This record gives sequence, structure tokens and C-alpha cells, in this order.
Amino acid sequence: MDHIKLLIDGKTVEVPKGTTVYKAAKEVGIDIPVLCYMDLHDLNIENKPGGCRICSVEIEGRRNLAPSCSTNVSEGMVVKTNSMRVINARRTVMELILSDHPKECLTCAKSGNCDLQDMAIKLGIRDIPGQEYAEMSTYRLDTSPSIIREMDKCIMCRRCETMCNDFQTVGALNAVNRGFNAVVAPAFEMNLEHSPCTYCGQCVAVCPTGALTEVDHTANVIQALSDPNKTVVVQTAPAVRAALGEEFGMEPGTRVTGKMVSALKNLGFDYVFDTDFAADLTIMEEGTELLDRLSRHLDGDKDVQLPILTSCCPGWVNFFEYHFPEMKDIPSTARSPQQMFGSIAKTYFAEKIGVKREEMVVVSIMPCLAKKYECQRDEFSVDGNPDVDFSISTRELAHLIKQANLDLSTMTDSEFDSPLGESSGAAVIFGATGGVIEAATRTAYELQTGKTLESVDFKQLRGLEGIRSATVDFDGLEIKIGIAHGLGNARKLLEEIKAGRSEFHAIEIMACPGGCIGGGGQPLHHGNSDILKARTRAIYEEDEAKTLRKSHENPYIIKLYEEFLDQPMSEKAHKLLHTHYFERKRKVFEV
Amino acid sequence: MKSRSTEKLHIMSTVKIELRKDQIEKIHEFCDEFNNEHGELINVLHKTQQAFGYLPAEVQEVIADKMRLPVAKVYGVVTFYSFFTMIPKGEFPVSICTGTACYVRGAENVLSEFKKQLDIEVGETSADGRFSLSCLRCVGACGLAPVVLVGEKTYGRVAPDDVKEIIEEYRS
Repeated sequence: MDHIKLLIDGKTVEVPKGTTVYKAAKEVGIDIPVLCYMDLHDLNIENKPGGCRICSVEIEGRRNLAPSCSTNVSEGMVVKTNSMRVINARRTVMELILSDHPKECLTCAKSGNCDLQDMAIKLGIRDIPGQEYAEMSTYRLDTSPSIIREMDKCIMCRRCETMCNDFQTVGALNAVNRGFNAVVAPAFEMNLEHSPCTYCGQCVAVCPTGALTEVDHTANVIQALSDPNKTVVVQTAPAVRAALGEEFGMEPGTRVTGKMVSALKNLGFDYVFDTDFAADLTIMEEGTELLDRLSRHLDGDKDVQLPILTSCCPGWVNFFEYHFPEMKDIPSTARSPQQMFGSIAKTYFAEKIGVKREEMVVVSIMPCLAKKYECQRDEFSVDGNPDVDFSISTRELAHLIKQANLDLSTMTDSEFDSPLGESSGAAVIFGATGGVIEAATRTAYELQTGKTLESVDFKQLRGLEGIRSATVDFDGLEIKIGIAHGLGNARKLLEEIKAGRSEFHAIEIMACPGGCIGGGGQPLHHGNSDILKARTRAIYEEDEAKTLRKSHENPYIIKLYEEFLDQPMSEKAHKLLHTHYFERKRKVFEV
Repeated sequence: MKSRSTEKLHIMSTVKIELRKDQIEKIHEFCDEFNNEHGELINVLHKTQQAFGYLPAEVQEVIADKMRLPVAKVYGVVTFYSFFTMIPKGEFPVSICTGTACYVRGAENVLSEFKKQLDIEVGETSADGRFSLSCLRCVGACGLAPVVLVGEKTYGRVAPDDVKEIIEEYRS
């Protein structure tokens, strides 16, 4: 490959042709400040519109400063990244951005976790000249069930657009209008609620300011906790324990399961349960459905649709309901673990402890913003009372813990309550891409073959590649498995199925990069994909540390079927644990 | 959460049309003419606007579906270029030249009078659909500045006092 030699701040650098000045500088330890730029290299996502101009550098022989994120190196180039001219320009750019940005940092949801704020601190901005007479661009507030758009705070970095269009292929957001009126918005500037948005929250995860945030339900949770007439039950998703510690200064990948349980008990939840219990239940239902469809398919039943697709991910469910409504019979009808938990908590468990449905509040802690929408879906409520009352994100839980003046890092470990707190390692790995299908394989294999697995680790199903495939030998029967994370990757597999070219028996799909560990409700990774890898590692460590590794061996799951549900896919199980899907696509005036 | 500016209206709330089958086919033809290539979106929009006079939301949806593009992307392009419009032109489109010569000879005042008399802003169409208002830059008749066009007809040396009379010509 052609190499190019150049000089950056007096240091000689040699990089391949086509490298940007920004990346070349990184090679010699020079970290040029960037704002709109974002690089998630493990996921092949790069956002470099060269729009904000914070990364401007001086290149000898050129009249104008150049944006280093989108300027390629050339032979003999001499670059200065910190000359007086550069520093002054950078400050001016920042002042101009801030002159059109609300000064509400004290109360902004992103305060303390905001790239724009960090940049203002880094550049030592103390004054915004001319702001007394400068007009600010304003835009209406748009609130959806999961995400709030406060576009007054948008700086047009267009990271959200990159995630929504290039990575997720959802196409809900695009830059519209021009000049001072430019804003990122859905088509015809309709509300997000009426757009193709899946609420995956990846736009929120990469937004450098408070322009895109989650709908905050912490106040509702506090209210429920302080109501003596309510029994408040909490469930925590597997990915939360692998990331919550980051909000308290712990290294990414630190498992905080026991500390999190202590914190939740301290906060006053009456029962601290685990969504993992419901994940085991999901495997029982989804795994049975898979085997049922598979055996009917092998018997030559032409009505049976294969592959079966997982249905735990609400962002993914929203995606196919909107973009592939003609295929809505292919995904498993099993509800997501969050919803299975709510359903069981408000029936089986409520009965057990003698609490009326209306007196019980079920809160879920999720790495996800789409879960907020999911728990509000009509089909998941009984007489207007939802199975899951409030879904809060990992970030919101961190805020709750901080508000209660608790320090997670110094807490001792506690155990989940029984019975809905017991789970297997198979349930834990739901949090990482490939985990659900691995968990399903562990159970389906044993149920199908009647044999015991020698090793429960299906390493061929793990990894961070966008689309993966593997064949698992079910005692002579070859089961072909596909995995996709990120909706753009999911779309590719769906197009194959639509064209009749798919050879898979089962496919797992997760909307977010890396699976739930990279969810829209997780602590912000600020473009560092190493954090996602660390969380994935934590998830598999937790699985290995468990004595129970297979869902169907969870004694409390066995008991639940004996006492209440009868057997997987029974009439009762269908009523409480399964669902159906709807076409979501509407024409512009139908919304 | 405090509420913020609501000045920006939904454009979708101002226009609503029902496309006929032959109209949809026409749009499909334009898309096919450019091989449904994403890079040709501007050309497709150009051609469609030529045929329809404007680009209502429903037309943008048809283009997006046909070219397999997000509607948001199509809308983004339509709103970026001032040439594209989502509002149908009036029966009598009024254009005021605001080029240099017309401007220095008082085009701004003439424009204000048209806005007042028609009760619309630049880029809008009157409620009865008869008049629309736009600005243009130089029609090559600087000697007649300030110049106003209504449809194909040119009016020269227009003063604010003439505006009412010009409009009346078309109202009757």
C-alpha cells in the first residue's frame, strides 16, 4: 500500500494513502478536538460531515484552515494543530455554535454528560460575544413515548442521521430546511411518533447534546415508591448489570449485579426480581415454538413459515411492523422478557402474595428506550392497567441511585428475591448479540435430542460482526442459525427471506449494535466501541459463573409451569406470554 | 418540561390531495427515466414539479417508495432547495423582481403592499387559490424598474399605490 509521509506539529508521521489528517495525528498521540465527528470503527460507522469545524487545522501552503476529520493527508504536508490561528478559529467556531444554543446547562438532561459542554470547558469559553442581540433559532418540542426531541439544542452534527439512516436503515430522521432553519427532523416535520422511528434510541446514544434524550420516568417511580398502598416490584434486564457501574466511575465491563440489587432494595422496592427469570421463560416458549415449527416443516407441512425470528427486541418488532408488515407472521409470537415478566408478576405472583393487580406497580430497568414504548402498547394491559407500569433506562436508574445519595461502588452484594429472581446463565447472555439464539440452542438441543450437551458454550454464535451464521448439529439434524445486530443488518437478512433465498431455520435479531449492551438507554459510550466489547465480556463471564446454564433447568421455571402455566404454548401460556403484530406503516395523512 | 416555540407549523397540515392512478404512474415514469438512482433525486423532483406545479407530501411519498428512499430524505432535499415548493401556485402567480435595479427603486415597498393586500407571505398562496406571491431576481427589464409579473403579463414602474388596481384586474 502507498504510504505518505507528513509532519504534524513537528512530528513525522507515516500513514497509508487515504488516511485523514485527524487519524494521522492520532498515530503520534495528538488528539485533535472533534465535535460532529464520530468513529465507531468496530461497527463500521463513521460520521464526518466536516460541518462543525472544531477540528480545523492549519496546513502550510493553504489559504484556509482545513477540517482534519475530512481532509486526507498528502506527501510532504506540514500540519499545525495548535497554532494561535487554529486556537482562535476553534474558539470562534465554538462561540458561534454556543450563540445559537440554549444556556440551560444547569437543568439540561445531558448536563455533565454532554460533548458540547465538555468542548466549552476544554476550550475555556468564558463569554459568548454578541449574544445579547443575536437571535436564536427555535423549534417546537416533540415528545414521543420513548424519545424527546428538543431541537433548540441541536448543533447539526448529524450523528443521529448517520445512525438512523446508514446503520439502522430506519430513515426516520434527515436534515431538512436550510440555513438558520435547518434541523434534523422526520419527513414533513411530523412528530417522531408518526414517523418510521423504532425507538431503538441509537440517535439518543450518539447525540452530543441534549437535543435527543429519553422520556424520563424516574419521577413516576419515586411516586410509586413513596405510596404506602402500592407494592412495587422491579425487574432488571441482563445488560444493565454490565454497564451500570460506568455511571459510578467503575471500569467498563465491571459486573455490578449484587451491588445493583442492594441499591434497588435501598431505594425501597418491595421485591427485587430479575428479567432474566422471564428470559428463561422466553426460551421455554420460543424454543418450543421453534421445535414445533421445525418438526412440522420437516414433516412437509407447507403452511409452516421458516425461519423463525426472535421477538425479544422491541426496536426490532417496531422495525418489521413498519418496514416488512407482509412478514409479520414469521417472528416468534413469544412476548419479550420484559412483558412476560410483567404478565407473570401481575397474575401468578400477585395471586401468591395476595395483592390486587391495581395495587401492584411493576417497574423495569432496561438498557433500552423502545421498552418504554413497548410497555405502553395496548395489547400488554388488562382493563387499562399495564403489565409493566414504567420502564426506566440504565441511565435513569443511575440518576435514581445518585438522588438517593447511594454510592454503588461501596455497596455490598445482595441476592435477587425469590421466586422471580432466579435465573440461568442462558438468560444472562440475552444481553449480548447472539445470546438469545445461544440460549435457545442450549434448550432446544436437549429437548429435541433427549441428550445432555457436553459443552453449553456455542462460541461460533458469538462476536461483533454485523451478520453471523453458524450450523449446529442437533444429533444428525443440521440447524442453520443466523444472527444480526443493527437494523441495517437485519434488513439484509429480511430481504433474503423475502426473496426466498434464506436457508436459515432460526434467526436472532437485535436492533442495537452489540445487542442490548449497546442499547439506547445505556451509559453513553461517546463513540468508544471498546466499551461495548468490555460489556459483552462481562455478560459471558456472568454466564460462566452461574451453576445453572440452561433455561429449562431453572427450578422456578419448572415450578411455574407445574403450578400455573401447565406447559409451554398451553392455552394459558398463549394468553399471557404470546402476542401478535400489527402493520404500522401509514401514509402521511393517515397519522 | 416547558413548552417552546410552536411558530413552525406542520407543512402537512396545509395541503392535502388525493393522487389519481395515472398521476402515480406518471411519477413512476419519471423515476424510471432516471433508473431510480438515488443520485438523480433532484432531477426526478425537478421533472415532477414541472408536471405538477409543486411537490405535495403525497407526491414525495410516491417518489420515496418508488426509489426506495426514506421520505425524510426526499423532504430534506425539497426543503433545502428554494426552487422546490410544496405549495401549489395560485391561478395568477404574482412575482416581484427584487433584483438590484428594482430593489433600489422601491421593490420592497411594492412587495409589502402585495403582502398586505393579498394577506399572504412570500411563497404562499391565498386561501381562495387565486394568487400566489414570489420574488425573483431580474427579468431583464431594469429600465422599467420596479417590475411586477402576474402570470405572463409584465407591469413596469409599479408604485405601492398601483397594487390594489393590479389585483382588481384579476379579481373581477
